[in-house]
Amino acid sequence: MKITVDEAKCCAAGQCVLIAPEVFDQRDEDGIVLLLDAEPAEEQHAAVREAAAVCPTAAIHLSGTA
Amino acid sequence: MNPPSSVLIAGASAAGLGTAESLRRKGYRGKITVLGAEPHAPYDRPPLSKQVLAGAWEPERARLRPRDALDALDAAFLLGDPAVALDAAARTVRTATGARPRTLPGQDGLAGGSVHTLRSLDDAAALRADLLTATRAVAVGDGVLGAEIAATARTMGVDVTLAGPQPAPMAAQFGPRVAELLAAVHAEQGVTLRLGTAACGLTGHGGRVSGVRLADGEVLPADVAVIAVGATPETGWLTGSGLTLDNGVVCDAYCRAADGIYAVGDVARWHHTGIGALLRLENRTNAVEQAAAVAGNILGEEKPYTPVPYFWTDQFDAKIHVHGQPSPDAEVAVVEGAVEDRRFVAQYRRRGRITGVLGWNIPKQTRLTARGCLAGHAGLPTPGTAPRGPALVALRASPSYRWEVPPALSSRGLRATAPDAAR
Ligand SMILES: Cc1cc2nc3c(=O)[nH]c(=O)nc-3n(C[C@H](O)[C@H](O)[C@H](O)COP(=O)(O)OP(=O)(O)OC[C@H]3O[C@@H](n4cnc5c(N)ncnc54)[C@H](O)[C@@H]3O)c2cc1C
Ligand code: SF4
Repeated sequence: MKITVDEAKCCAAGQCVLIAPEVFDQRDEDGIVLLLDAEPAEEQHAAVREAAAVCPTAAIHLSGTA
Repeated sequence: MNPPSSVLIAGASAAGLGTAESLRRKGYRGKITVLGAEPHAPYDRPPLSKQVLAGAWEPERARLRPRDALDALDAAFLLGDPAVALDAAARTVRTATGARPRTLPGQDGLAGGSVHTLRSLDDAAALRADLLTATRAVAVGDGVLGAEIAATARTMGVDVTLAGPQPAPMAAQFGPRVAELLAAVHAEQGVTLRLGTAACGLTGHGGRVSGVRLADGEVLPADVAVIAVGATPETGWLTGSGLTLDNGVVCDAYCRAADGIYAVGDVARWHHTGIGALLRLENRTNAVEQAAAVAGNILGEEKPYTPVPYFWTDQFDAKIHVHGQPSPDAEVAVVEGAVEDRRFVAQYRRRGRITGVLGWNIPKQTRLTARGCLAGHAGLPTPGTAPRGPALVALRASPSYRWEVPPALSSRGLRATAPDAAR
């Protein structure tokens, strides 16, 4: 799995951080998403998929099946 | 419980697509069909009043998912063809048909004559085209959508007036202190505020709008008018289906409208066990979170849906994030930053309970504050204690995306769970 985030879309909701705190964080100054790990380990995949699905601006893209 | 062999979803936007995605994510292998009234591939609405209206984004950028992601879902999308009726005997249908804008008297006669509402991608394109040549625009509606549209139009260089009955934009949601700051931001940026008087109609000339008439008789001249006075749930096609329709599709705590039929997103009014009342939310996170809850319940998880509401709005350089319910009569305490700096977190307290957290240009800290003090707010109930049948409570329709439980809840034969007890 490979993650990319579109910072220009992100509204700084922070849903992704709530769901997958080991993969996503937010910048302190404006809350925009910070990708901590673009190719997370297997055990994170389910949380990352959920984060991508609930992100209210569709700013998280996943590629690769594994 | 065995999962259903097929799921039919009416509505191909945030909530409809979200349900299909959540079903697959949770391992559902059956057939999924998604019906959409609009011809467009699923797209997102919040950018319509922001980046798309401003012209900063091409409309394609508002698409919810790239093509390959939609293909990978293995769902049949039947777009451009609305569902017209529901046969309640056909099982496992999800309605995610959203809401449609309310209008002003006389508006229909001027349709096509520079009077707009904003809900769809096509609406955004039409409004943008008119704003590009507007000399004077009036945004009617001092809720979040009207205020956003006024801000975006002003950023485009249009001379714009914001009209509405409240003393300041969004005062009913934010209370006077924060709403006054929002009014100040609009005024500084050159928006003319004509607040405190409701609009009651439109004036026209040769089929085109010429002004917006206020309740006190004044007419605000306009060659473009945008009416943002709230939205009505899109339930007309469900009339006669046997479902309870009352300001949305009335559902139980599991978002179930009837056996095998669920509602999700702006159209759903479900029993929130945390506040002990029916609730309908018009906001973007609710659409996907409720979609996930409904997908789980379709697959037999049997979990009541009890979110802490959240929405954001962007107006000029103000990025406002709202968690929970910041009611207008609450005490407001700034717990981080300062109002003068236009960067602060405010806590809303009502009857000794924190009911909402609002952040102004400080989203991360706002989320952390909300998490610390609102987590118990939704009153996470123990599964199994929720009432199973649709409960009937009279709630005022929520104008634009917000949630609202009126102070005096007139319950019609409802088990007496007073909402105030939970707030
Ligand atoms: C301009 C605008 C700006 C917004 N900005 C924000 C924001 O900044 N923050 C925020 O939190 N929220 C915002 N919202 C609210 C948010 O977009 C909605 O809450 C969200 O779109 C709800 O998703 P939904 O899928 O329930 O409904 P909708 O997005 O309304 O989708 C319903 C879909 O169902 C289709 N449909 C209707 N009837 C039928 C039928 N009979 N058969 C088949 N299909 C049908 C409709 O065409 C539509 O595509 C905004 C809304 C608008 C309109
Ligand atoms: S959930 Fe989406 S919008 Fe929110 S911070 Fe993460 S990437 Fe940004």
